[in-house]
Amino acid sequence: MSSLAVRKAAPAAGTTPGTAQGPPLRRRIALIPTLTLLLGAIYTLLPVAWVVIASTKSGSELFSTFTFLPGSGFAENLKDLSAYRDGVYWKWMGNSALYAGLGALLSTGVSAFSGYALATYRFKGREAIFNVLLAGVLMPPIILAIPQYLLMAKADITDSYLSVLLPQILSPYGVYLSRVYATAAVPSDVVEAGRMDGASEWRIFTRIAVPMMIPGLVTVFLFQFVAVWNNFLLPYIMLSDDEKFPITLGLFTLLQQGNNQPALYTLVITGAFLAVIPLIALFLVIQRFWSLDLLSGAVKS
Amino acid sequence: MTSPAHRKSYGVKGAPYAFLLPAATLFALFFVLPIGYAIWLSFRKVHVSGLGLGVGARKEVWAGLENYKDALTDNEFYHGALRVLGYGCIVVPVMLGLALLFALMLDTERVRLAPFTRLAIFLPYAIPGVVAALLWGFLYLPSVSPFYYILDKLNLPQPDLLNGGALYLALSNIAVWGGTGFNMIVIYTSLRSIPAEVYEAAKLDGAGPLQIALKIKIPMVAPSLVLTFFFSIIATLQVFNEPTTLKPLTNSVSTTWSPLMKVYVDAFGKGDIYSAAAEATLIAIATLVLSFGFLRAANRRNKQEAAP
Repeated sequence: MSSLAVRKAAPAAGTTPGTAQGPPLRRRIALIPTLTLLLGAIYTLLPVAWVVIASTKSGSELFSTFTFLPGSGFAENLKDLSAYRDGVYWKWMGNSALYAGLGALLSTGVSAFSGYALATYRFKGREAIFNVLLAGVLMPPIILAIPQYLLMAKADITDSYLSVLLPQILSPYGVYLSRVYATAAVPSDVVEAGRMDGASEWRIFTRIAVPMMIPGLVTVFLFQFVAVWNNFLLPYIMLSDDEKFPITLGLFTLLQQGNNQPALYTLVITGAFLAVIPLIALFLVIQRFWSLDLLSGAVKS
Repeated sequence: MTSPAHRKSYGVKGAPYAFLLPAATLFALFFVLPIGYAIWLSFRKVHVSGLGLGVGARKEVWAGLENYKDALTDNEFYHGALRVLGYGCIVVPVMLGLALLFALMLDTERVRLAPFTRLAIFLPYAIPGVVAALLWGFLYLPSVSPFYYILDKLNLPQPDLLNGGALYLALSNIAVWGGTGFNMIVIYTSLRSIPAEVYEAAKLDGAGPLQIALKIKIPMVAPSLVLTFFFSIIATLQVFNEPTTLKPLTNSVSTTWSPLMKVYVDAFGKGDIYSAAAEATLIAIATLVLSFGFLRAANRRNKQEAAP
């Protein structure tokens, strides 16, 4: 910062230092950037605001009243949704939590192992292994999912929880992020000091490396949690029993049936509203101690 | 390397491989094996003898390149590819343009409400593609949408967003809405890693914020623009969820709207896994050629710029 800005900043501690010219109040807010960002926020929040309001409307209100006017039917919609096919909606939510929670946990473990190995050891084939794993990102999910389905059909495990869980454990992006975090967060002399003290490789990993990698691993977990929660194609191909559906597939089948009975639209809308709450809540809570920047692999050194 | 360190590292030689074992096993089982199987299937077909009844009447035989020839000359597959190309030509520039714009605005001095708007614009990342398509689908539906309500009250013409050319805009909008935030974060992160001194010199030369953005910031974040462009192309080629979800709301989205949807229909609708495997392989090859071609072109440009 220039000396002018420093002098100016002194009285108004905590605010962004402005330049010395011009009337202070007008200069202090960058109007065009702020308005552009606000427009962007309105654009992204609009459908979310709509679904929140629409979920409060009864079936008849949905088609008759102005959309941004709250209705009176939220409690009833909730009751109808819970009653739909003996509460299968909540089963879907539970399934999604299971697929995403367990899947992300296992994925984080595998990513931590691989990222740590790729970051801290020098060994033959290191770059080759890393590049081959990364190439997995390029594979269209359907080119994997169809043969995965056919192979699992041979092993007789299609239409099971495992058929959705197993293919999603290895995440090339998770391995990539873990390697970046391990490189930045685990200094090699710390690892070497552990070895000098006679600690085993496993002990060095669990006691020294993992605690240092925690913020990065939280990111990998979140990233994979969102990826599994939002996945549609794999369960769409693997599952036929709707008791095992995740929420994405469940809502899709509900919408398909709504095609013939618009009365189901209120259920779809209420269901969509409830389905976005867990992830939004997760992000808002985690925001407090987690930086979005970590998602792009940026690490402060 | 000194000799004690060498002795130590000799003892840990197997460790990296042990740490990589879970990933390697999963990679072999869920990446290599299925891809190999898909390629194998793409060269096979079912030969039906007689009426196709009885044991041994349906036999899997070698088909050579027949499935590939069929796929490449298939009208629907070709048109699906064209549709996705048109869709991609809207999505990628608009999404990345907005992401860059928002990232630059966030990086401006004295901008207000930055943490709130940053989180709000990123929010759609947390919303499943199916739910996003469903929300926008309802907003496109004249009987429910607030936009149509307003247009109606103002006596303005009401465009049909779910048919014809507007359908591309409708679908693109869903992808732009869902993807802008993530790309914005990637670009913003690399903007913030530019040291402040870089701007100081430009400011002393009297450069305004716009000039700084165009002449310094954008060239300096070029690598992350390349990265986001690369991932956006891959995601666009694989579009499946959004058109599939919009299908119940409109007749204009066919079951084979995108190439991936056609692969699904062939495999599970028609039960012709061999054609589906050939088509899927073609999509994978197209993805690889496009991505590596793009990365090479980007690398060459970087080198050229660095040379003089």
